[in-house]
Amino acid sequence: MDVITKVKLHSGNIVQEVLKNKVLFLMLSPVILYFIIFHYLVMPGAYVAFVDYNISKGIFGSDFIGLKNFEFLIKNGDLWNITKNTFLYNFVFLALGNVIQIVFAIMLSEIAAKWFKKITQSVLLLPHFISMVIVGVFAYNLFNYNTGFINTMLTSLGLERYEFYSDPGIWVYIIVAFKIWSATGYGMIVYLATITGINHDLYEAAYMDGASRWQRIRYMTLPMLKPTFILLLLFGLGGILKGSFDLFYNLIGTNSVLYPHTDIIDTYVFRSLVGQFNFSMGAAVGFYQSLFGLLLVLTVNLIVRKIEPDSALF
Amino acid sequence: MVQIHNQKEDFGSIFIKAISYFCIACFALACLFPFVLMISSSFMNEQEIIREGYKLIPSEFSLKAYEMLINNSTALYKAYGVTIFITVVGTALGLFMMSMAGFVLNRKDFKYRNFFAFLIYFTTLFAGGLIPSYILMVKYLHLKDSLFAMILPGVVGAWSIFLMRNFMKAIPDSLYESATIDGAGDFMIYWRIFIPLAIPSLATVGLFSALGFWNEWYNGMLYIQTPDKYPLQYFLQRMINQTNVQALINQGVVIDAGELPTQSIKMATAVLATGPIILLYPFLQRYFITGLTIGAVKG
Repeated sequence: MDVITKVKLHSGNIVQEVLKNKVLFLMLSPVILYFIIFHYLVMPGAYVAFVDYNISKGIFGSDFIGLKNFEFLIKNGDLWNITKNTFLYNFVFLALGNVIQIVFAIMLSEIAAKWFKKITQSVLLLPHFISMVIVGVFAYNLFNYNTGFINTMLTSLGLERYEFYSDPGIWVYIIVAFKIWSATGYGMIVYLATITGINHDLYEAAYMDGASRWQRIRYMTLPMLKPTFILLLLFGLGGILKGSFDLFYNLIGTNSVLYPHTDIIDTYVFRSLVGQFNFSMGAAVGFYQSLFGLLLVLTVNLIVRKIEPDSALF
Repeated sequence: MVQIHNQKEDFGSIFIKAISYFCIACFALACLFPFVLMISSSFMNEQEIIREGYKLIPSEFSLKAYEMLINNSTALYKAYGVTIFITVVGTALGLFMMSMAGFVLNRKDFKYRNFFAFLIYFTTLFAGGLIPSYILMVKYLHLKDSLFAMILPGVVGAWSIFLMRNFMKAIPDSLYESATIDGAGDFMIYWRIFIPLAIPSLATVGLFSALGFWNEWYNGMLYIQTPDKYPLQYFLQRMINQTNVQALINQGVVIDAGELPTQSIKMATAVLATGPIILLYPFLQRYFITGLTIGAVKG
């Protein structure tokens, strides 16, 4: 009885609210409709990971095979390899990337010449706005065997040409270098904003007390950056199984020689869709990635709430 | 760090400063280097590239690649057209939808705003994945080979909606109230009061959105089959990966295949695909930095 009245009252409220604010509902509806169609309708589609997908039968008409797709992926070792690669790359991007961003933010804040600061800040941010396709062009321009700039240099020095595109090991460094190259400016500005927000008087006071520049960096700036660093690191950890498909695909493409060291979850899923039409296998990997991602974000948020309650997302 | 004036510089101070100038200058050069190399490679003579490879300083300055591209490549013009179309339509549509959503979600008299905000936010935590999205787009929405396949997936972003909502918080509620008393409806308040005040936020979100569409290649690769509908970046990517550049160039003009400047054309196309961003960058980067700093503070 109680429940029924509650529900009635509740639904009455919704109707009333919609009538009262119908224009506002109407204004919000395109975006809500968008999220329902392009995000929420897609979610049950993850079911395709548990079937033997047959295009003509559709997702829910295909035969249910349970965890067989996952079993296969674990047995053939693919899942382990791409998880390991994705995790390691992202971990290096995150740790090395943040350290470099902090160091550069501090260095930039130490620079007095305004013109130099302005120009270099713009230049460092530039790579962030270039499409990864262009970055792929840069890699081709630098590393290709016949005409690449590095090989041009090597031959002009009388050395042997180097075949970059058939050596998987070296791409680990190239990928990390390009990632750092494109992400440093962006992250640096985030940290720079925190440094600029530090109260000037504190530095004055430290200076009066005889603190050297190095001591001011070590005992004032760095500790002040710690909360931002921890927060970015923790949320980065939440997305550690999400790859930078753009970067990897444009640098590696479909060069299977390089896969052992460069294949990540996103490139694998992409290939299972485009190259092999193996929808169920790809969806199984994608589902595993999304689920792990969600669990990681929830865990990380829990940790953030313990360390810095104000910074938690929910 | 904030500069302290009239301070006596000890050795450590000078050392830190010198290191800072040196490292920042080096990294800035490293950031510019690939661009410079790409541009100078595009002006190289094809024979020199084949003989000696891409160089930073070509021994002979040649405009041949650009001449070829501009005279022969209707495919390139079409790719430009597609990219301009998806950028303009996508950004305009996105800004309209997102600004309305941000406006509504900031209205304190809108009771379910937290519920809807969570509905939007949750999509950043869990996604169905590439394959279910692909099946939805192709099998159920029939968007394969449609320009809307490149517009719709990127038109609205959860982060941008929250950014807009946060901008709107700065606009005092009393403005809405007085407008309501004067008899303005909700949409009128949004259109006549809110939009003019929110131009900085529209500019920031609009720039990021336009940049996303300009750099779009992924959905083009997934969904577009007709070469006439390739966006610029995907066109470029195919050209780089394809040894037969001629296939992508208009076949109307007879060219000796041996003379076709394949290697310099690749770089010239890349320059033309980057061009507008590089040209606009000095004017836009102020907004980029504002956007980044605000985005860094939790959306």
